[in-house]
Amino acid sequence: MTKRIESLKVIDNKPLKKDFFIIELESSGKLPEMKPGQFVQARVDRSQETFLRRPLSIHDVDFVRNTFKLLVQVVGKGTESLSKLNKGDYLNLIYPLGNSFTLPAKGARTLLVGGGCGIAPLLYLGRYLKSQGIIPDILLGFRNRDRILEYNDYEAVGNVFLTTEDGSAGEKGFVTGHSLLGKARYDKVFCCGPEMMMKAIAGLCRKNNTDCEVSLENLMGCGIGVCLCCVVDTVKGHLCTCTDGPVFNIKELKW
Amino acid sequence: MVKLGFSIGDLQFKNPVITASGTFGYGSEFDDFLDVSRLGGIVVKGTTLEPREGNPYPRMAETASGMLNAVGLQNKGIDYFEKNIYPRLSEYNTNVIVNINGSCIDDYVALAERINKLDKIPAIELNISCPNVKMGGMVFGTNPVSAREVIKAVRTICIKKLIVKLSPNVTNIVEFAHISEEEGADSISLINTLLGMSVDVRSMKPSLSTITGGLSGPAIKPVALRMVWQVANAVNIPVIGMGGIMNSDDAIEFILAGASAIQVGTASFIDPQASVKILEGIENYLITKGFSDIKEITGLINKSG
Repeated sequence: MTKRIESLKVIDNKPLKKDFFIIELESSGKLPEMKPGQFVQARVDRSQETFLRRPLSIHDVDFVRNTFKLLVQVVGKGTESLSKLNKGDYLNLIYPLGNSFTLPAKGARTLLVGGGCGIAPLLYLGRYLKSQGIIPDILLGFRNRDRILEYNDYEAVGNVFLTTEDGSAGEKGFVTGHSLLGKARYDKVFCCGPEMMMKAIAGLCRKNNTDCEVSLENLMGCGIGVCLCCVVDTVKGHLCTCTDGPVFNIKELKW
Repeated sequence: MVKLGFSIGDLQFKNPVITASGTFGYGSEFDDFLDVSRLGGIVVKGTTLEPREGNPYPRMAETASGMLNAVGLQNKGIDYFEKNIYPRLSEYNTNVIVNINGSCIDDYVALAERINKLDKIPAIELNISCPNVKMGGMVFGTNPVSAREVIKAVRTICIKKLIVKLSPNVTNIVEFAHISEEEGADSISLINTLLGMSVDVRSMKPSLSTITGGLSGPAIKPVALRMVWQVANAVNIPVIGMGGIMNSDDAIEFILAGASAIQVGTASFIDPQASVKILEGIENYLITKGFSDIKEITGLINKSG
């Protein structure tokens, strides 16, 4: 798959609840093939404090309109700067990067689990699964009801279940405690979110002998496998999250 | 046409833009972005005798105008390199240089002997300046006695061009340049990263698993330029300058200060096409200024009148 460097036009930058936002970008040409789980490296600006690019998950893609979305949380100066992009601005990306989620077999009972900003890659994954005839269960965890993001979008691609830490929507607690996990059995679980959450889901999947893939968010330098800064410890030694990942089967990880 | 070539002894480079070790993988990572064969040379990832896993994550911290890394020479070792990487590398029409690292003199010698047998590798870069390994690396490059020993030992058996990569983490860089030249180095490259550190105030822990790491990027450019200027004035072998070069103006600064060639490092992380853009920029600069050969401006600031 060919990677490219391109300045894409910002056609929307929509603030969501709290510190989240969705940037929609339009390519002047034809979008390359982009798979669920892949990411982009975004050039922030020329500020001395945001020297490196920022890795961001591909949230959704519309090949007909030649557009795609990035769901981003403000966590520092780089993402704060991105949140201020205006319609008509251009954002320079290296994309698409990384491997992708592995499509389960037809008829596989599939669960997507996401927490906080980790829900970002799961929408495109859900849409892709749906197009392949798989309607996934989607379990999303947020701190409280004010932090629920893009519920309707997820509802359109699967059966959504919620948890909030304060119980203000869905079941109270963390995703790992949701009653769904005690009842339903899955053939494949895809997970993205805080590392604590992914480790807990990985533990459950190991116990139930369920195939599980997680998408990691390690700090990156280059995004193309040359700086070797974003490594994760695996059964095959240190692997780059940017090129060997970001998606790893939990069997590969030393968790 | 502007002449951009330079040479180290009888080894010709078509232009002075080389990619720095550890920032350009083995070239193929950049095939989607540029034609690697346009470059004067590429220095491939630091190679050791045995495979190395490198340091634990986290290994990187962004800093003002730069970054710290503590990769620790992760690589698959010389056997893997010979078998799986070398055959691909020889397809590039450019000088492919291998950066070698050891934890003792015997390691360096053994590596140089292995490279001697690889026809398509015309030069080695002797890395005595890696700040991220406990044994070897910078330990050699910051002690004049051990620097001399390792350069002498490698020179004795090395049939390739020998480039010595110096550490900036010394009081007197010129001393190490003199030692390199006296022991028969064909060229000197500098600077490797500057030892630095960063603390994460949120977690109240060091940002790097190794606490300290190597600083690169524009933050170090003035220091690098000063050292390149000092060394270029002190030796009669070609000097390859690097340290925070992000664009062609940066590169030209080093050339005017006396560097025969430059290496592009961290810039390739932010713009994978940085190296070819710098090459084009240097050519345009020479044309605009009315020069026909880059040698006319090499060390120009040091020439009187």
